[in-house]
Amino acid sequence: MSFIPFQSIAATRRLLRSKEISPVELLEGLEQRIASVDSSIGAYIARDLETAKKEAATADLSKPLGGIPIGIKDAISVSEQPLQSASRILDGYTAPYDATAVAHLRAAGAIPFGRMNMDEFAMGSSTENSAFHPTRNPWDLNRIPGGSSGGSAAAVASGTALATLGSDTGGSIRQPAALCGCVGLKPTYGRVSRYGLIAFASSLDQIGPLTSTVEDSGILLNAMAGKDPHDSTSLELPDEDFTAEIGRDLKGLRIGVPKEYFVDGMEPGVRSSVDAAIKQLVSLGAEPVEISLPHTEYAVAVYYIIATAEASANLARFDGVRYGRRSPEAKDLLSLYEKTRAEGFGREVKRRIILGTYVLSSGYYDAYYLRAQKVRTLIRRDFDQAFTKVDAIVSPTSPETAFRLGEKTDDPLKMYLADIFTIATNLAGICGLSLPCGFSNRDGVDLPVGLQLLGRPFGESRLLRIGHAYEQSTDWHKRKPGQIS
Amino acid sequence: MFTEVPHHTIDVPYLARLARLEVTPEEIEIFGPQLGRILDHVEQMNKLDISGIEPTAHAITVFDVIRGDSVTESLTKKTILENAPHNANGLFVVPKVLD
Repeated sequence: MSFIPFQSIAATRRLLRSKEISPVELLEGLEQRIASVDSSIGAYIARDLETAKKEAATADLSKPLGGIPIGIKDAISVSEQPLQSASRILDGYTAPYDATAVAHLRAAGAIPFGRMNMDEFAMGSSTENSAFHPTRNPWDLNRIPGGSSGGSAAAVASGTALATLGSDTGGSIRQPAALCGCVGLKPTYGRVSRYGLIAFASSLDQIGPLTSTVEDSGILLNAMAGKDPHDSTSLELPDEDFTAEIGRDLKGLRIGVPKEYFVDGMEPGVRSSVDAAIKQLVSLGAEPVEISLPHTEYAVAVYYIIATAEASANLARFDGVRYGRRSPEAKDLLSLYEKTRAEGFGREVKRRIILGTYVLSSGYYDAYYLRAQKVRTLIRRDFDQAFTKVDAIVSPTSPETAFRLGEKTDDPLKMYLADIFTIATNLAGICGLSLPCGFSNRDGVDLPVGLQLLGRPFGESRLLRIGHAYEQSTDWHKRKPGQIS
Repeated sequence: MFTEVPHHTIDVPYLARLARLEVTPEEIEIFGPQLGRILDHVEQMNKLDISGIEPTAHAITVFDVIRGDSVTESLTKKTILENAPHNANGLFVVPKVLD
């Protein structure tokens, strides 16, 4: 049989194991699908299907991900593949080793074959900040796919990848998953090693999967999670099968509805879809509980201080000396740094480096950085308190559906405020899942709406159980974009 | 379209110098007001009483993480220098630092 786009990993695994399709045929089918669709989407920066087919020829199908091809966000290292974080400053760079998450996927039999587009250094919410090209939303090619993992989400949503990896610093997995109509999981901070992920904000970054079903995200997390000696913030935790709770009902589970996340100004189609999703969760046996996360309004401010401060330090390593590009105009060491960075970084990255430098600079550190870290404590406490009362928190992933290309590029603050519902998750370090929960009609086009479920630290299994129960009781995940197929 | 003038100002050329980043006059003109408006937004944090609150650097706190003091393989010099923009004799080459 031939390749069918939009198949889940779980379904594809069955077809591979029953020999209805071979791993090489799967890749050939994927190659054709990419060739016919991706020129209008632009989810990929680069791909190497020839090497992938060689690996597929000897795939061990008894492994959990044997023969399953996975697209990897361009911020994550795959040995001997290009790695640029969608930035010109890393022109010509080839990763010399696998990120630990990628090494784990390979050990489970997966084949990393493609580099997914993103906002440069994961800074953005629309994938318009890529140094390569913008990615388009499969549901409306005039709209953005979200970001920063926009390529990872658009590929899954357009059937050009079974699953992809993204990274989430303030919503960069969940928001594009919501805007493209697929599933995105941000694991708890420390759950997945960050070794080999190009750092944006080290205290917030986390690698996670983008998939077409909730179950698939559990299958990928099973392969990736674990303590890594190369990342001192990864945690030693008991072995866990994240799909173990999948299939159980929701009776007795309490779902928190935070009043601060249901405010005026939200897109009406988003509001109605999420309200209906909460009713659906209740009909499945969950008990709704109104909760308060009183410091929600400060999350964007805190985030843009902490994330830019950490970024300004992390991006200091791109200096034109050891890797990537070097300005041909450099006359001395200082101009080598200044010109290389001027030529290599895009506007948004420069803006954030300058802001991060400002909030860390002498005389401003206490007023901005230290204060932000203290407010971060208050935000974290809000969640700690909420999770004494509820098993999960439900909200929209984004206050609006996909916006038009260019709509927010001139107004960074407006772009930042698009992340208002996802940012606090990273500040608190908890886990979050986005999954399709309906459509909102904008200018005559139905655009996907994402439902966000937040769980307590290390509560991924519970989150996936709730997400799966909801998903299987609705048909939203079965609807696919019409324009491109 | 009218936009409000931000009441925060930010010395873009000074900060860019600290960050070892050359900026064009056009970028200075764009970044100044944009960053000023972001700082205006950030100002709302000042409404909060944070006395006695400990700062959070990492959400999930771990202490004193060390790994075993064992010899392991690392990347070869050749592998590392392959990604360098300019190298010679097994070293990174940069413009002359001292005259």
